[in-house]
Amino acid sequence: MQLSPINQRRLENFKANRRGYWSMILFLGLFVISLFAEVVANDKPLLISHKGELYTPFLVTYPETAFGGDFETEADYRDPFVAELIEESGGWTIWPIIRYSYTTINYDLKSPAPSSPDLENWLGTDDQGRDVLARVIYGYRISVAFGLILTILSSIIGVSAGAVQGYFGGATDLIFQRLLEIWGGMPSLYILIILAAMIEPTFTILLGLLLLFSWPSLVGVVRAEFLRSRNFDYVRAARALGVRDRVIIFKHLLPNSMVSALTFLPFVLTGSIVSLTSLDFLGLGLPPGSPSLGELLAQGKANLQAPWLGITAFMVLSVMLTLAFFMQEGIRDAFDPRKTFK
Amino acid sequence: MALIKVENLAISFKIKGKDIPAVKNISFEIEHGETLAIVGESGSGKSVTALSILQLLPYPLASHPTGSIHVDGFNVIGADDATMHKIRGNKISMIFQEPMTSLNPLHTIEKQINETLLIHKGMNKKQAANRVRELLDLVGLEATEDRLNAFPHQLSGGQRQRVMIAMALANEPDLLIADEPTTALDVTIQAQILELLKELQERLGMAILLITHDLGIVRRMAKTVCVMTDGVVVEQAPTEELFTSPKHDYTKMLLEAEPKGLPYRKEINAAEIIRGDNLKVYFPIKKGLLKRTVDYVRAVDDISVSVKAGHTVGIVGESGSGKSTLGLALLRLLKSEGEIAYCGKSIQNKSWNELRPLRSDIQIVFQDPYSSLSPRLSVGQIVEEGLLVHQGNGDREERRALISKTLEEVGIDGNAQDRYPHEFSGGQRQRISIARALILKPKFIVLDEPTSALDMSVQAQIVDLLRDLQSKYDLAYLFISHDLKVVRAMADTVLVMKNGKIVEQGPAEQIFDTPQTTYTKALMKAAFDLATL
Repeated sequence: MQLSPINQRRLENFKANRRGYWSMILFLGLFVISLFAEVVANDKPLLISHKGELYTPFLVTYPETAFGGDFETEADYRDPFVAELIEESGGWTIWPIIRYSYTTINYDLKSPAPSSPDLENWLGTDDQGRDVLARVIYGYRISVAFGLILTILSSIIGVSAGAVQGYFGGATDLIFQRLLEIWGGMPSLYILIILAAMIEPTFTILLGLLLLFSWPSLVGVVRAEFLRSRNFDYVRAARALGVRDRVIIFKHLLPNSMVSALTFLPFVLTGSIVSLTSLDFLGLGLPPGSPSLGELLAQGKANLQAPWLGITAFMVLSVMLTLAFFMQEGIRDAFDPRKTFK
Repeated sequence: MALIKVENLAISFKIKGKDIPAVKNISFEIEHGETLAIVGESGSGKSVTALSILQLLPYPLASHPTGSIHVDGFNVIGADDATMHKIRGNKISMIFQEPMTSLNPLHTIEKQINETLLIHKGMNKKQAANRVRELLDLVGLEATEDRLNAFPHQLSGGQRQRVMIAMALANEPDLLIADEPTTALDVTIQAQILELLKELQERLGMAILLITHDLGIVRRMAKTVCVMTDGVVVEQAPTEELFTSPKHDYTKMLLEAEPKGLPYRKEINAAEIIRGDNLKVYFPIKKGLLKRTVDYVRAVDDISVSVKAGHTVGIVGESGSGKSTLGLALLRLLKSEGEIAYCGKSIQNKSWNELRPLRSDIQIVFQDPYSSLSPRLSVGQIVEEGLLVHQGNGDREERRALISKTLEEVGIDGNAQDRYPHEFSGGQRQRISIARALILKPKFIVLDEPTSALDMSVQAQIVDLLRDLQSKYDLAYLFISHDLKVVRAMADTVLVMKNGKIVEQGPAEQIFDTPQTTYTKALMKAAFDLATL
């Protein structure tokens, strides 16, 4: 694909900001790795050769009988008995780097759970004997995906609402502003807690609930930008050319208010991640058993004698939020045509 | 001994670790009581030079690699702050171009002026109050209680500039630095301010360092002139000598840069393109709790205008006279009453959608080339916009070819269409605005002060360009300007407006040569002779 010269320039500007550029590579790199979490951390092998045939257990469910076992249920590959069966037939097994999924419980702990980091569980286990590293990898995936989706959705709603208010002004603006003030006056955390108690929260329901309260943060900036720039000469010139309102909004006003919207995006993204984490921390978030950083934090608080829990959750959260912030700072600067780079 | 003696002065600014020279090795002297003018276009280093005399540059970012500035024999370069405080405002004061932003909007007029008196002269409140009244009297403002307690926004531009001068004169300086003192003002006010400065100079015997781009002002005010370009003084001579026998090419260019020539001549019986009859644009004034309309601002009050193909109608008037409003109303960009007809067909009652096909025929070019181009779109996208509205998407390559042809027509390199507007100078940006209007092959263009924000030599180029385009495409222009020299070079018919009404109208020669009304006469005298009636 050939980028237009303007976008090429934006890309160059972005690359020139080395902190932002490397933050993006790290942030997205980690996210891509976590998207393939099933290959990185799993209690099912990637590939098994058994009697000349190849099996891919991490994709397909095989009964134990397929390997000559007794049960019709799915084979438990961590069971020494199954491993022995495969070994005896002259087959081999390729495992992921980490042989635990986020639900896998390590029953062979040398000390009672939560156990400290060792060669088997690199970051130790949590209070149910699950591998912390595996849970962090899956948790990172959920947090970032949740944050990104929520940011995209709330910016679409927020920017459109702000654009309509700012461009048309007058009574439209007045009514919308009053509604927003009422909406903003609601105690959002308590409403979330009440709703989360009433409905069994899933990923999608939580997304919807948080969306209800996160979109107004962008309205103000976009509205102000539109109010300011709708009287500029270039907008008048466009009107004189007969350009439609819709096109003026998208082509002239939106790009010019984008920098201020982009300025707010890092806060929306980090805010989304933090609110999911805090709901999880309170035990009102994702369903029990889900890999979540908030739950890990809660465990760290409950098990002060096992500092690896709290420290891990803290490190992952702070690195994730910092990278996200630097990345978007770079993007924002790259879109600003008045900004010059060395 | 000369009051100010500048020798071999150089000024550099540190930008990204490198020293960028702004002014190179200039020398001049100012004697007591005389006026020196520094002339040059924007970016020539004239304001920086003036600021360096007061040591007001952003040191240490700015530096003087060589040279000296002697004020009464004392070298101010490197002088400490305490010494400079005694010189600033006391020996040397300064007035700035923009009287609105140079006054503190939160202080009353009295407070603005007596500040310097209290600081520098150590006067007590009562003495200061008396002195403020004297000073206002000196600059021709009546010192009523109301005026003293007024805030800057309650005064007109000319009155604000008088307050600025009163502030500068408060400590009877030996030198007054006037940095484009009249550029932001209307012509008649400009003439008054210049007269005031001259009179004050005679009465107080102070020297003036006048910084301007307007050669007319120089000729009227200065004894000696320095012509600056790119940080170098290219010519320095007594005023009369400079105007009668300029030596340097740049000076000659500047002197010839005045918009000259006559409007392009065409057949008298050309078809009428657009006419407005009895146009009225009223803005309601709302007052009280219920925002009831108590009165109207009559921005355009019962004005009729008609423009023929290939002809230019000039609209002249001071700021606030309703010229731009009239232009916008004719294009139906503002709601108006009265009849508007395009090529004989009424367009006043057409809806926005019905009007759209017509929009390709009637276009507008705005005054400020900085705000009229969207900073986020490339030049190509800006010029292309009209094409997308009126000719659909079509072939991208063809469109690019047409854009680059149109850009070349207005004197911009066709390959520049992927660059952003901020990479271009003011004159180039104005050319881009013209290209945007031109690409649809319009029949009628409203030119709303298209040259006012530009340097003198660039103005002349834009006027030439507009005339060439007019003769090539038989365009009809409505030329709105407060600059009568430019109007004279463009217009066939002239309308003089004041407070929304027509004061005088007729063929250009008649208006310029034998104006009938007092207002027009005063306007002409102010514009061409820089004098009041």
